[in-house]
Amino acid sequence: MISDLWILATASLVAISCSMVGVFLVLRRMSLLGDAISHSVLLGIVLAYLIAGSRSVVAMMIGATLIGLLTAWLSNALHRVSKLQTDASIGIVFTWFFALGVILISIYAGQVDLDQECVLYGEIAFVPFDTIIWGEQDLGPRALWIIGGVFIVNLILILLAFERFKLVAFHPALALSLGVSVSFWHYLLMTMVSLTTVASFDAVGAILVVALLVIPASSAYLLASSLRSMLWFAAGYAQAAVLLGYALAVWLDSSIAASIAVMAGVLLIVTVLVLQWQKQRHGIKVKATVLDDTFH
Amino acid sequence: MKAIQNSPLIVDQLSMRYQYKPVLTDVSFQIPEGKTIAVVGPNGAGKSTLLKGIMGLEPTMSGSIKFFGQPLDQKRLAVAYVPQREESDWDFPINVMDVVLMGRHGQLKFWQRPSAQDILIAEQALEQVSMLDFKSRQINQLSGGQQQRVFLARALAQKASLYLMDEPFAGVDVTTEKAIVELFETLKTQNKTIVCVHHDLNTVSEYFDWVLLINARLIAAGPVNEVLTPENLNKTYGGRLSLLNEMTEKLYRSNIDRVHDNG
Amino acid sequence: MGDFVAYNPSYWALFVEFWQLNDPNAVWVLIGSALLGLSASVIGGFAFLRKRSLMGDALAHAALPGVMTAFILFHANTPILMFLGAVSSSFLGLFLMDWLPKNTKIKPDAAMAITLSFFFALGLMELSYIQGLEVAGKSGLDKILFGQAAAMLPHDIYLLSIVAIIVLIMVALFFQKFRLIAFNRSYAKSIGLNIPFYEVLLALLIVMSVVIGLQIVGVVLMAAVLLTPVAAARFWNQNLPGMLMTAGGIGAISGVLSANVSYMAPAMPTGPWMVVMLFILFVISFLFAPRKGLLSNLAQQRQLRRHVCDENVLRTFYILNERHPVNDKKEHSAIDLGLAFGEEAILAVRGIAIGKLKQTLQRLEQKGLLSRTHDTDGWRLTEMGMFAAMTLTRRHRLWESYLTEQLDMDVNKVHHYAEQIEHLLTDEETLQIEQALAQQGALRDPHGRKIPDSRNHPIQDEVAK
Repeated sequence: MISDLWILATASLVAISCSMVGVFLVLRRMSLLGDAISHSVLLGIVLAYLIAGSRSVVAMMIGATLIGLLTAWLSNALHRVSKLQTDASIGIVFTWFFALGVILISIYAGQVDLDQECVLYGEIAFVPFDTIIWGEQDLGPRALWIIGGVFIVNLILILLAFERFKLVAFHPALALSLGVSVSFWHYLLMTMVSLTTVASFDAVGAILVVALLVIPASSAYLLASSLRSMLWFAAGYAQAAVLLGYALAVWLDSSIAASIAVMAGVLLIVTVLVLQWQKQRHGIKVKATVLDDTFH
Repeated sequence: MKAIQNSPLIVDQLSMRYQYKPVLTDVSFQIPEGKTIAVVGPNGAGKSTLLKGIMGLEPTMSGSIKFFGQPLDQKRLAVAYVPQREESDWDFPINVMDVVLMGRHGQLKFWQRPSAQDILIAEQALEQVSMLDFKSRQINQLSGGQQQRVFLARALAQKASLYLMDEPFAGVDVTTEKAIVELFETLKTQNKTIVCVHHDLNTVSEYFDWVLLINARLIAAGPVNEVLTPENLNKTYGGRLSLLNEMTEKLYRSNIDRVHDNG
Repeated sequence: MGDFVAYNPSYWALFVEFWQLNDPNAVWVLIGSALLGLSASVIGGFAFLRKRSLMGDALAHAALPGVMTAFILFHANTPILMFLGAVSSSFLGLFLMDWLPKNTKIKPDAAMAITLSFFFALGLMELSYIQGLEVAGKSGLDKILFGQAAAMLPHDIYLLSIVAIIVLIMVALFFQKFRLIAFNRSYAKSIGLNIPFYEVLLALLIVMSVVIGLQIVGVVLMAAVLLTPVAAARFWNQNLPGMLMTAGGIGAISGVLSANVSYMAPAMPTGPWMVVMLFILFVISFLFAPRKGLLSNLAQQRQLRRHVCDENVLRTFYILNERHPVNDKKEHSAIDLGLAFGEEAILAVRGIAIGKLKQTLQRLEQKGLLSRTHDTDGWRLTEMGMFAAMTLTRRHRLWESYLTEQLDMDVNKVHHYAEQIEHLLTDEETLQIEQALAQQGALRDPHGRKIPDSRNHPIQDEVAK
């Protein structure tokens, strides 16, 4: 029972942190770069394991963030030097990084406490058993602490520079004309995406995290009237997906992480359908009033 | 060229390119203070690119740009840029007031929120374009003309001295067109300068004091009645690409600028 | 996995064994992988040209739930079933990707990421559900995530080969139409081409290539097989047929190499290896391709730099001669260009590093454009050098005249344009400029200096390049 709570708490923090940075990815139309970074981060994690030789959080964070930024930078550089389209250069870079990560995992399977399963699904079911022990005290799951820390960092950054994030997301050219360094805020966002995907790795793996980055934020985009409300909606959708997904996973005995991502998608589809239905009803109403007017 | 006293904008030998295609070559001009200036030329002549180059939004090949005698970084806040309406995401979850307040961002540090004073300024700006009633409206619920007026209010809230506007009259209703013209008059009485990319030749002499004729290079610059001659218009719109463009493209393609010693 | 240990000497033996081609199963895998690489790369070329490079990524991910649903429904894992399931769910994904941006505020990039991650999650959820079921035949299912070529059976490969060949035939049949749509959509529309039909056909071919790649490459990395070969091929070829053939070749090579890896280490996932091979081929293309590769570019730049240096020094000689007191009073056509000058004199007129100048002078001597004078420590133009120097100066000054006269440019600012353009003008272009000038055969440049006339120079025929 207590372990269920740990799992839910971790999953909630992961989903909310991802949806928070995801909001800016969606608004800046950089969902695919988010996809790329979350894949590449795997290589950073594996390299950190191999170099640091242990499951060191700091090494993992540094390795993954460097690789994440490298992905963003290299895609951009490749685009400029070889005149490839942006998404083509993103695709070339991230598939390569990810492939290297998977190969390294296969080769050093004995030395790295990682396998393909956890790249795909994460291992949220095991989260409660890997706890931090400080002195005599069991402080709770390691993964929860990590994602909690990243969540707080994200929250502070977004609260502190809320207006800047808003300006840069709304109109980069306008921001530039006001003397704001758009590339600084871009790379800061990419750093936040990298940190968040690393911290989420234990829980949901390297691929499902894309669903949490993009889907709740997109649902929120459909409903929100301000950036603030979009962030709240995204967090709400993320939390709902966690609860429903967990229930689904228990019911079907399926992967928790995958079920959460599926529920995020289902919630988006429901939202789209409801909006579509409303639009249609509204449309009929408008037509009716037009008819009324012509009658009188 | 005659030097103009206190020119708010001096562009000297500006050249810009898109990949290998020369967009603007060797554009030099100065504009007078307190006037409305139209940038006129055919489609693809580089009018919008000129504004973007001036604002440092797109890379320039060469040339120098001075605002009130100083580089842009020294004079950021004195220059307000109004981008083309189509270039922004009107589905963005934001209301009118928030957009206008962005005009105050240049004055704020990144952690600061707009103060009551900033909000007052933003409201005055909205009042000036008769959009105050819409201040809490979502931007995707505005008409094209209203969107344009919101962008103008954003520029006004910046309290700049030089306004660079990219096609403010494009696709707006009559009310908005009138509102913009009235706004120009008000700004001129405050000795502010307005540079506008404009596409409608018929209204140039009505709305503007000065005109820059552009087609890949500067054809003519000066007061409307002097510059808008049939001969100049023919040069601007009369198709034939000059040898200059062909040769400049060849130059860019050769990458010779990278190896030349400039001796 | 994990039976791949570094430095195992038996890998070499396995490598040799593979290439002896005695194992019929290995040969089948080899053929299948090559065909897959070939067809996916070719069809990926069109997606690339349509600027939808990552569409293949989304479609591949979208295939996963189809395969899993087919298994849940029929409890069987036959190639045909898998194929049909994957095709239908990929198409569903394609529809969603297209429908969302058209009917809601969601932008195309987000729609793609949503489709990709939602379908993938659904497939994974089903897979984890299947793992809990007590049914036979589920063991091969997880291989379609990262691919495992060695695990394929002959009947898998028959189907794969047939589909790959169908894809290639369709591309050959509709090549003209696809090319037209890729390059100029609005023109294709204007001549009455049924664009939606061809778009759906192209999507179908992409989906088919993605689906046959499932067992070799897997869904996660399929995007790279569609995208990387054509990106690499772009460095080798300019025209579309050549580009597609190169891309197909690159795809096939990487397919063969990864079949090899899969033979040597059967438990290793094949997809990542294929991607790494592709990336290596991409880097090789990026660096070494003739004309468009990085090294070739650098070499060209070096060549150009030398060429510019040579011509600058030649023109400096002209100016030095022209300014020399001996030529002060002379008619321009009669000035003596054969005077000798030392390095210092050259450096006084032209800013150039001394080492570079020495190299340039030597190069010009080798080309027979300069000769060393023995009495003084200097250099003078040969007959051929004089002609070259005159031609360059003529181009320079004509261009200056053109800019000031025709384009009202400031006299003081035209020099640096001419300085660069003089190296590039052909005789024909020089003539064009001359004709554009008001005064045909203008004799003076805007600075008031004479424009030399090299047109009727006796040496002209000899140096025709």
